[in-house]
Amino acid sequence: MNKSELIESLSEKINISHREAAAITNTIIDSMAKALTRGENIEIRGFGSFVIKDYNSYEGRNPKSGKKIKVKPKKLPFFKVGKDLRERVNKGK
Amino acid sequence: MTLTKADLVQEIFKNHPSLTKTLATDSMEAFLKLSKDSLISGNDLLLSGFGKFSVKDKKARRGRNPQTGEELTLPARRVVTFKPSGILREKINNG
Repeated sequence: MNKSELIESLSEKINISHREAAAITNTIIDSMAKALTRGENIEIRGFGSFVIKDYNSYEGRNPKSGKKIKVKPKKLPFFKVGKDLRERVNKGK
Repeated sequence: MTLTKADLVQEIFKNHPSLTKTLATDSMEAFLKLSKDSLISGNDLLLSGFGKFSVKDKKARRGRNPQTGEELTLPARRVVTFKPSGILREKINNG
């Protein structure tokens, strides 16, 4: 499912206009992205949590050329799926 | 600081003055339910500009109980993984 399909379903599910569903979806996604950008974590019960992990700089290689390169320190968001969702996804198989 | 569902409802309420508090809450719950239902039914969820939640099948493998060292077989399972989009990675690293 992509964002436009999600918006479509959201508008049907709670009976709001497509435009409004799109705006709400963008508010949710933007708010989460902004929180992570500020370095905050996210915790949504029943869904999961996001934490920002800090990575130090390290010596890596360009996988194509094999050349050594220095990888700069970086931050990456890490998602941990919530217990309820984890169990239901696993049962769904 | 941690962003929670209540904070997100507050953001929706603040940014969409036409919505009642109840509808702001309902829209958040519906957003989560639809997202979860997609993953539970085995379909990936792609939120462009944020990232992609994928459903992956893991094979059974031999593992160990890290506490006792006892060998055991971990059963095949289905898991959710998240890959942040390039846009989100960029934002997080460069403000």
